[in-house]
Amino acid sequence: MGLMDVLLIVIPSSLLFAAPLIFTALGGNFSERAGVVNIGLEGLMVMGAFSSIVFNLTFADTFHGWTPWVSLVVAMVVGALFSVLHAVASITFRADQTVSGVAINLLAAGLAMFLVKLIYDKGQTDTISYGFKKIDIPVLKDIPIIGELFFSNTYWTSYLAIIIAILAWFVMYKTPFGLRLRSVGEHPMAADTMGINVTKMRYIAVIMSGAFGGVGGGVFAQSITNDFTHATISGQGFMALAALIFGKWNPLGAMGAAIFFGFAQSLSIVGSSLPFLEDVPSVYLLIAPYVLTIIALTGFIGRSEAPKASGVPYIKGSR
Amino acid sequence: MSNTVRKISIPIISVLLGIIVGTIIMLITGYNPIDAYNALWYGAFGEVYYTGEVIRQITPLILAGLAVAFAFRTGLFNIGVEGQLIVGWLAAVWVGVAFDLPKVIHLPLAVLAGAAAGALWAFVPGFLKAKFRVHEVIVSIMMNYIALHVSNYIIRNVITDKADRTENIPPSASLRSDFLAEMTDYSRLHWGILIALACVLIMWLILEKTVKGYELKAVGFNQHASKYAGMNVNRNIILSMVISGAFAGLAGVMEGLGTFEYVSNKGGFTGVGFDGIAVALLGANGPIGVLLAACLFGFLKVGALNMPLEAQVPNEMVDIIIALIVFFVASSYMIRLLLDRLSKNKRKKGEK
Repeated sequence: MGLMDVLLIVIPSSLLFAAPLIFTALGGNFSERAGVVNIGLEGLMVMGAFSSIVFNLTFADTFHGWTPWVSLVVAMVVGALFSVLHAVASITFRADQTVSGVAINLLAAGLAMFLVKLIYDKGQTDTISYGFKKIDIPVLKDIPIIGELFFSNTYWTSYLAIIIAILAWFVMYKTPFGLRLRSVGEHPMAADTMGINVTKMRYIAVIMSGAFGGVGGGVFAQSITNDFTHATISGQGFMALAALIFGKWNPLGAMGAAIFFGFAQSLSIVGSSLPFLEDVPSVYLLIAPYVLTIIALTGFIGRSEAPKASGVPYIKGSR
Repeated sequence: MSNTVRKISIPIISVLLGIIVGTIIMLITGYNPIDAYNALWYGAFGEVYYTGEVIRQITPLILAGLAVAFAFRTGLFNIGVEGQLIVGWLAAVWVGVAFDLPKVIHLPLAVLAGAAAGALWAFVPGFLKAKFRVHEVIVSIMMNYIALHVSNYIIRNVITDKADRTENIPPSASLRSDFLAEMTDYSRLHWGILIALACVLIMWLILEKTVKGYELKAVGFNQHASKYAGMNVNRNIILSMVISGAFAGLAGVMEGLGTFEYVSNKGGFTGVGFDGIAVALLGANGPIGVLLAACLFGFLKVGALNMPLEAQVPNEMVDIIIALIVFFVASSYMIRLLLDRLSKNKRKKGEK
């Protein structure tokens, strides 16, 4: 097996696994930049995955080929609505944000399985018939080598994720909205004095994180598992959180980290069929994202610093 | 309203609110809540076998709750109890199957190995927090996944030859007891409950009766003040995480040497570690509170298994209620505000 063949297997599957991580990490990025820690990303992905699969199964005959895309919008809305709970608890009621995030995860897991049993009367859904399909991108796929590696045999969602990551970076660093968002996360009191509505900004940020997390879950369920069970989302939300930190709370960094983690994940699955890697125990690839995140945090490869006011509820008038 | 009454009323109100919202969800989805709660009660106390299982479930919940609560008291959030529990489970069973010793040595050795493994796993986030100011929440989440994958690897490739679970531990390392099993119609109740209760006492003793415990609490209240008072903040942070991890490791020991008597490959987390967060929170991070909260959650979890059988209600209903309780406790600011309003109104009426 030559290098080209190896790359032809690894690159598309890395991008496939990276897409949901990118979306979810971007969601976490907005929330944490505004000063609200979101451990609940996992739960938001669960709700996204659940709602997209249920919608997909129910309305497949209405939307046909467009079903996964419409379902993705539904996942986005459900994720956004669900995240309102986290926003109310952690912003208005000043709950410990980590605890509220844990509650989101517990609630999402319980609620989704409860509803699956209610609707289908069994522990898992059927398999969807219209998932995201592999495609070749017209024109670009004809570029020699690059076209074959990056633009054929992949999914639209991966490209969408990358484009949205770039957009998110632009919004966060080049627009007034982004500046306000970041200021609320760094020094909410200063932002408040300058006339920025801290509570409103934080609500917007958390709801955005819910929307992105829902999309992440919807992409994962409709392109990788194609059904919903209690094990559909098992740690992807936390891996997205890791990508966010490894990417130093920057959308482009988070995207890069997510692609790298997608690479590690795909290697741990297809690695046994590749030369060089067949002898490496897959455990090293499985734990790589987590170990790297810890190392990144300790500062051996450029320290990653959280936004200053992250995790602190803002109470008007307190110093 | 006095402070103590208020302290106790917040968890009670949260539990009631959780049950009320859960009931509303059941009504909306067309289930009969009264049947559901009847089934829940019967599933926990209807037969002596069920009650044995409730106590069996309470055992690891107490320890996981103590682990979270102990770290909380020093101002640390140990969300890594799940991972520490997994390595504790693994280490205890490993010692169980690897050695052939008399029970007086074998059992304590296996129990201690589990506690030590949990402590070691918690040492990492504690050390990184003390040394590099890295937030312990993120590190311990990452350590959870590392624990999951590494323990699966060790079970498959080191302890066994590509098997999905180890063989059962020999009786010399087991916490099972014929006496307790016979008494509860052959449930899986084991001696571990005594270890858990002892740990409740130990946590109380450490926090309330020792100098070190005072220091740990002081660091939790105000790091800077403790530092100026001459305490070694960093060492206290590490110590707190290590003790917390030892409790978590013991929770794993309960599963490994008591409930299951083996360790198997896991597709995902056990959930006990995360339930520990709920237990600690509801128990206001005190030893007695943790004990009571663990009893409540143990009752709910085991009783829930009877709900699909007798009331056709999915047992996930109880997970929803537990999540809601966590929400309400976390949002206690809202409850406190309400209580304030109520007591103010009362006072006004009294003045009239």
